[in-house]
Amino acid sequence: MTDAALPPEPGGAVTTAGPPGTAGPVAAPTTGPAPRRTARPAGPSPGRPRRGARPRGGWTPWLYLAPALVCLGGLLVYPVYQLGLISFLEYTQAQVSGGEPARFRGLANYTELFADDQFWQVLLATVGFAAACVVCTLAVGCALAVLLTRIRAIPRLALLLAALGAWATPSITGSTVWLFLFDPDFGPVNRLLGIGDHSWTYGRYSAFLLVLLEVVWCSFPFVMVTVYAGIRAVPSEILEAAALDGASQWRIWRSVLTPILRPILVIVTVQSVIWDFKVFTQIYVITNGGGIAGQNLVLNVYAYQKAFASSQYSLGSAIGVVMLLILLAVTLGYLRLLRRRGEEL
Amino acid sequence: MNLSVRFIGPLALAAALATACAPQTSGNASSDKDEKTGTLRVWLFQEVDNQPKERVVDAVLAGFEKAHGGTDVSVEYIPVETRAQRIKAAFNDPKSAPDVIEYGNTDTAGYVKDGGLADVTKDFNAWSEAKDTDPTARQSVTVDGKVYGAPYFVGVRALYYRTDVLRELGLRVPKSQAELISTAKKIRAAKPGLYGLAVGGAYTYGAMPFIWANGGELATGRSGSYASAIDSPDARKGIKAYTSLFGDDNCPAAKCAVMGGNDTVTAFASGKAAMAIGGDFSHAAVEAGKVKGTYAVVPLPGVKPGSIAPAFAGGNNIGVLKSTSHRTLAVDLMKRLASKKTQGELFDAMGFLPTFTDVRQQAAAREPFVKPFVETLAAGTEFVPASPAWAQIDSSLVLPTMFQEIVSGKKDVAHASQDAAKKMDDAFGSAG
Repeated sequence: MTDAALPPEPGGAVTTAGPPGTAGPVAAPTTGPAPRRTARPAGPSPGRPRRGARPRGGWTPWLYLAPALVCLGGLLVYPVYQLGLISFLEYTQAQVSGGEPARFRGLANYTELFADDQFWQVLLATVGFAAACVVCTLAVGCALAVLLTRIRAIPRLALLLAALGAWATPSITGSTVWLFLFDPDFGPVNRLLGIGDHSWTYGRYSAFLLVLLEVVWCSFPFVMVTVYAGIRAVPSEILEAAALDGASQWRIWRSVLTPILRPILVIVTVQSVIWDFKVFTQIYVITNGGGIAGQNLVLNVYAYQKAFASSQYSLGSAIGVVMLLILLAVTLGYLRLLRRRGEEL
Repeated sequence: MNLSVRFIGPLALAAALATACAPQTSGNASSDKDEKTGTLRVWLFQEVDNQPKERVVDAVLAGFEKAHGGTDVSVEYIPVETRAQRIKAAFNDPKSAPDVIEYGNTDTAGYVKDGGLADVTKDFNAWSEAKDTDPTARQSVTVDGKVYGAPYFVGVRALYYRTDVLRELGLRVPKSQAELISTAKKIRAAKPGLYGLAVGGAYTYGAMPFIWANGGELATGRSGSYASAIDSPDARKGIKAYTSLFGDDNCPAAKCAVMGGNDTVTAFASGKAAMAIGGDFSHAAVEAGKVKGTYAVVPLPGVKPGSIAPAFAGGNNIGVLKSTSHRTLAVDLMKRLASKKTQGELFDAMGFLPTFTDVRQQAAAREPFVKPFVETLAAGTEFVPASPAWAQIDSSLVLPTMFQEIVSGKKDVAHASQDAAKKMDDAFGSAG
């Protein structure tokens, strides 16, 4: 049936091309010129006379860093550069296929974006949804990590295997399974709860809840395994001492483990923030491209709909750039906050 | 060593900047060449049951190759679902692009703006068969007075209904829109397991007849200066009528708000709906379903009793790509693929309605099932605005969003249609 008249399925085909902005700003700026000075004494030329304070040897670390920098440059900086460039142009399908020349628009894409009510709604929904996901993921992950240390080998193995299974499941598969579990007509959840053909994806919040459950389910294992490894590395005397002092489980976690595990917690928090802010597949699959009347759109899906479904690549790029800046700001702000409180990472 | 390292950074940067000054655009200029031999590539859509189509097409290609010595045609059947990506890619990379494509008629204006389709006005007007092309089909290949292809077939929708259900409940076939809605609700009340009339919040082309029948329009104006009319009083009447079908008394919003055209036809074919709005192209799917033998088709009723609601004239066209290096041959192949003879054979093979009025009448005489569809076409059809903005409006789901907002109770008809009109005007403003 080739009826051209049928409205295209929202975002018809799932392309393998990621949405703009997925080039995650995984914090790389810490690899700065810090090792420079330490590399000096073991200079490359022990036989030659010392060269005083000249910065010549300063290039050597860069030499070793070069392969990594080239890779990062090619895979991260260049795409981000293109993303930024496209966001300043008028760049739609007509420009891509050469029907019209690409025109420089300055900040017009951004003003258009910021004047759009829907963008602000989507941004708000994204922030709220990502925050909820991060909190739930961390809570579940940490709780299960503590649980792992308290149970015997076989249950622990079972829990680890279950978690690793969830971790290893591709998100598109997980989302599809989730969708089936909560299907109004055939899903076992409705049958179990005895709520007839209630549709979980119809209401805005119930649809978000469904996606949140899936996101937590597939991302808590990372938190759990990382925190579990951290707890195992904590000297047992400390925990024993705390227990002897009569501290409760909660108190031990609050006053003993959290400070010790802070570097690990920071990393899993930052990772979760980045992941959950950029969630795409789960929303796309479970709410069928953004839910009824776009009620479940998050920024990444919104950018995809703009860029690829309606071929407004420049607008999609602008959303990508905004996401990138928000994530950088959140991550750097968070790290700064920790620094100021005197914690070394 | 140090020297070279010192230079690598700036050099790499310079190289990156030099190659990266602008994002990629393909030079999709029309080809100067007009070769008379060689291989022509054709992309046609892959149908659910493609065998009969292939047989018809193969016969056309054999005739073409015979008439033009030294030519060879390779045809590829591409899936409809991924057509957008394939065709975009073809526009982006003329080297791997085909010479002739089949495309959906709502895509015409967008493809023209993308610079992908060749202007074939002269060839089309000089074609002896073209005079019998029906006006709506002709409009669907025309942008700004220029012709960009030949109509291949048309598709229209009509009302499928279950004869057994209506007989059992003692209901007659609806003669007007109001009666259609009340009949749907009566069926649902008597048989809660069935949707009265299966409707979908994402089924734009099933909803549009309600708007057109009430005198509403998608947009007014001409190419280049369209303005949305979806929030006019008449259009709102139609929107109200269509959205009144969502609810527990006909088609529960929780399920039907997300449905598209195919979903409603599937619901009907599997016996879950007593009525549905389906196309002539849905015939095979319904025949293959549970309801075979217990259904009939009539034109979708309009507002006045006995009238027919204007249907959307969907369908496909055959076009020549601007980048082809075999323009003359490609145009000839286009004509052969869309000729009266081929369209007649395609109708027999696939049930596609011909775009030539005379061929269509002959077809209707042969196959009674197309009678309601031909009547619908004869009663007058409507088309989407011939603007590249339409592709954008369609793909950014402006109308489905509007219907879904109303049926899920987020906005009332006035607000939702006002917002949709604003989005449409933005699109018309930026894309023409």
